[in-house]
Amino acid sequence: MSKPVLSVRNIQKSFGGIKAVRGVSFEVQRGEILGLIGPNGSGKSTLFNCILGQLPADTGEVEVNGKPVSNIRPSDLNKLGVGRTFQQLSVFPKMTVLDNVILAGQEHRGTMLSRLFGPGDAGLTAEAEKMIEFFRLTPYRDTPAGSLSYGQQKLVDAAMAFMAGPDLVLLDEPAGGVNLTMLANLKDRLVAYNAEHGTTFVVIEHNMEFVMSLCTRIIVLAEGAVIAEGSPAEIRANQTVIDAYLGG
Amino acid sequence: MTKVNKGFIVAALLLAVAIVAPIGQGNYITYTLASWLVFSIAAMGLNLTLGYAGQISLAQASFMAIGAYITALLTLSGWHWMAAMPLGVIACFIVGLLLGYPALRLKGHFLAFVTLAFNTLVFLVLRNEEWLTGGSYGLTGMPRPGFGLFTTMKQFNFYYFTLAVTVLAALVMWGIVRSPWGRAFTALRENPIRAESLGVDTRRITLLAFAIGSAYGGLAGSLIAPLVQFIEPGSFGLAHSLRILLMVIVGGAGYFGGPFLGAAVVILLPEMLRFTQGYYLIIYSALVIVMLIFVPAGLMGMGQRLREKFWPGRQQRADMAEGARLK
Amino acid sequence: MSQFLQVMLSGLATGSIYALVAIGFTLVWQAAQTVNFAQGEFVMLPAFFVLAAMKLLGMPFWSALLLGLAISLLVLGLLFKKLIVEPILPHGGITLIIATMALGILLKESVKEFYSAEAQPFPSLFPARHLDFHGAVLSLQDIFNLVLCLAIVVSLTLFLNRTRTGRCMQATAQNPAVAEILGVNVKRMILYTFLINAGLAAIASFLITPVYLAKFSNGESLGLIAFIAAIVGGFNQIRGALVGGLLIGVLDNLTATYVTAEYRAALPLVLLIAVILVRPQGLLGTKEGRAV
Repeated sequence: MSKPVLSVRNIQKSFGGIKAVRGVSFEVQRGEILGLIGPNGSGKSTLFNCILGQLPADTGEVEVNGKPVSNIRPSDLNKLGVGRTFQQLSVFPKMTVLDNVILAGQEHRGTMLSRLFGPGDAGLTAEAEKMIEFFRLTPYRDTPAGSLSYGQQKLVDAAMAFMAGPDLVLLDEPAGGVNLTMLANLKDRLVAYNAEHGTTFVVIEHNMEFVMSLCTRIIVLAEGAVIAEGSPAEIRANQTVIDAYLGG
Repeated sequence: MTKVNKGFIVAALLLAVAIVAPIGQGNYITYTLASWLVFSIAAMGLNLTLGYAGQISLAQASFMAIGAYITALLTLSGWHWMAAMPLGVIACFIVGLLLGYPALRLKGHFLAFVTLAFNTLVFLVLRNEEWLTGGSYGLTGMPRPGFGLFTTMKQFNFYYFTLAVTVLAALVMWGIVRSPWGRAFTALRENPIRAESLGVDTRRITLLAFAIGSAYGGLAGSLIAPLVQFIEPGSFGLAHSLRILLMVIVGGAGYFGGPFLGAAVVILLPEMLRFTQGYYLIIYSALVIVMLIFVPAGLMGMGQRLREKFWPGRQQRADMAEGARLK
Repeated sequence: MSQFLQVMLSGLATGSIYALVAIGFTLVWQAAQTVNFAQGEFVMLPAFFVLAAMKLLGMPFWSALLLGLAISLLVLGLLFKKLIVEPILPHGGITLIIATMALGILLKESVKEFYSAEAQPFPSLFPARHLDFHGAVLSLQDIFNLVLCLAIVVSLTLFLNRTRTGRCMQATAQNPAVAEILGVNVKRMILYTFLINAGLAAIASFLITPVYLAKFSNGESLGLIAFIAAIVGGFNQIRGALVGGLLIGVLDNLTATYVTAEYRAALPLVLLIAVILVRPQGLLGTKEGRAV
C-alpha cells in the first residue's frame, strides 16, 4: 500500500473535564473520499479542527503526506497541499468570482517578490476560468461573489479549495443549507473532480443521503471514538451505527 | 476594464490640473502645493499600511524624519540628492522591518503602540545627538538638486521636480495595489480566516506592506529637506504622525486617491479656518469624529456613496454586512 | 542606599497611579473592544474639572474633587460610551481607535484654548511632609498615594470576583454572547466598565497632578505609559496591569537616576519590544487569547 495522504494517530482532546475526542486514529489513501459522520456531539467537529490545526490536540499526531502538521499555521498547511471549505459561507463578497478563484491560486505561484512586481493576475486567469467553468459558474465570472445565491457561493468556495491543486481537501458540511438541485450539482462536480484529478477528500457532513452517495469509505464517530468504519453499504447495515443515531 | 479606464482619465485630468496649478502663482502658493505633494507621498505610504494592510502606524512622521535627516546630512556633505534619497528610503524600509517584525507577531493593535513609542524615541535621538543632527537647532541650508540645465533652486522648478517624483511614486503604488498583493490585501480585509486557509501569509504580507509604507515616508522626508531647507526635531513629532494619519482617514483609507484628497484637505483647511485661530484643531478633530460616525470611509467613500445614489449603475454589496459577520 | 530607597518608593508610588490608568484601559479594551488612545487625556482632564470648579464656582477643594469625579463619570464614562464608542464601534476597531485619537486631540486642545496653556498648580490631597527612615527621606505623599492606589486595586478585584455584578462584568468581557444567554444585562455591564474606567482615570488624575502640575499636554506620556503597562503586565488581568504599572514606575525612576535622563522617555519602547519578543503574553498573562 502506498503512503497515506492523511494519517491521524491517537488524537485526544478534552475541554475541561469533557473528553470530546478519545484517541481517534485513521488513514486516508490517495483518491479516497472519506466521510466522517456521527450524531451531534460525537466529536467530529472537534476532530476536524484538530486535523486542521485550529485546535491544539492534547495528544496524537496528524501527518499530511508523511509530514507532521501539528501547530502549523493555516497558510502553511495550505502550502503543504491541503485545501478546505468552510461550514459557513466563506467567499470574499466584494471581489468578483474570478478574483476569488485567482486569489486561491496566487499564493502558490512564484515568490513574494514576483507577486509584487509580476502580472496582476499572477498568470492565473486562464486556469481560474477553467475552474469556474468546471463548477458551472462562467456566467458569474465578473459578479461580486457576495451577490450570488447561497448554493452558488458554496460552489465558489469549493472552486477556491481546488485552485491550488491540493492533494487533500477537507470539506466542512458542504451540503448544509444548499437546495436539492444545487446539492446534486455540487456532488456531481466533487465526484467528477475526484475522478479527474485523484484528489483525496475528507468530508464531514450531517446529510446522510449526501454522504452515502458521495463517499467511498465512511468513519462513524460517537462520543469521541470510532464506532464503525466501512463502505456506505456496510455502514447502512451496521447495527451499532443505527443504535448510535437512534440515541441508543 | 472600463473602471480602470475611468480611473486613468480621472488621474490624467488631475495631473493636468497639477501641472497648470502653479502657473502665475506666487512663491507661497507654489510652496504650499509642493508640500501638498510631499504629504501626499507620506499619506500614500500610510494608506498602504492602514487602508490596505489594516495596521495603524503612528510613526509616519518619524520615517519622514529618518528620510529627511539622512538626505540632509548627505546632501550637505556634497552628495547629489539622487544618491542620498535612496539611502533614506532603504533605511526606512529596514527600520520598518525591524519595528514591524516583533509588533506583527501578535494579533491586536500592537503596531500602533510600538510605532507610538518609536515616534518618541526618534524625537529623542534627533534632539539629543547634537553632534549629528544639530539638536533642537536642526539642520539648515540643504541644497536643492540640479539636473544639468534644469536646476530646482527656484520654487517653481522645485514644484515640478516634486510632481515628477510624486507621479513616479504613485505609479509604483498603483502597481502594488493592482498586483496579486492588492488582491491578497482585499481578501484579508474581507475574510481573514478564509484568506489564510488559501495560503495568504498574513504576517509576512502585512510586515512588507508596513515596511514599504514606511519607505514612502522616507521618500517624503527626503523631499521635505530640500523643500523647506530647514529641519528640526519638532517638525516630526507625534502630532505630525497623527496629522498624516488623519489625511489618510479624511481622504478615505483604502482608496487609491484618498491620500491626495486627504492631504489637500488637511493642508488647505488650516488656511481656510485661519479666522478661527487657536480653535482650528478643536474644530478639526470634532469634524473628524463626526465624519467617522457618519462616513467612516472618508471623503472618497462619501463620493462613492453619492455616485451610487445618483447613478445607480450597478448595485452590489447588500451582502457586505453578512460577509463581515462571518469572521 | 538611602537614595535608592527614595527612588524605589517614589517609583512605586507613581507606578501605582499608572496601574490605575492601565487597569481602566484594560477593562474597557476587554469589555468593549475599545482601544482608547485618549486614555492619557482622560487622566489629564479631571484635574481641570476640579480647578474650574474651584476657580469659577468658588468651591472648596474637597467638594470640587467630588464634583470633578462626578463630571468625569458623566463625560468620560457615559458620554464617551454613548456619543463615540456606540456609534463608531460597528464601523470596526481601527475606526474607533482613530476616533479616540481625534478625541484626545479635541480634549487637549480644548483645555489649552478654553482654560490655559500654562501649567497650573494643583493642591495635594495629602500633607507634603517627609519621614526620616534610616537616613532616607521618604515623602508622605508617595506613601499615601501608594497605599490608596493599592487599596483601590484590591477593592476593585474583590468587587469583580466576589460580587454578582462583578462576576457578570467578567462574563461580559470574556464572552458577551454567552453572558447574554445567561441573562446578564450586557449593555449595563459595559456601561459599568466605562464608568469604572472614568473613575479610575479621575482618581489617577487627582493623585498625579499635584506632582506634575496640571497641563493640557500631560496625557501624551501618561497614555503611552498606561498602554505599555497594560501590555507588559499581560492584559486580561488586573494583576498584570498592576505589576506592569509598578514596574514601569520603578524602572523609569531608576533609569532617570542611574542611567540616562536624556533617554528616559525611550524606556517604554525598549520594555515593550522586549516583552513582545520574549514573553508576548505579558509577564502575568496566559497564552490563550494572545497567541496568533
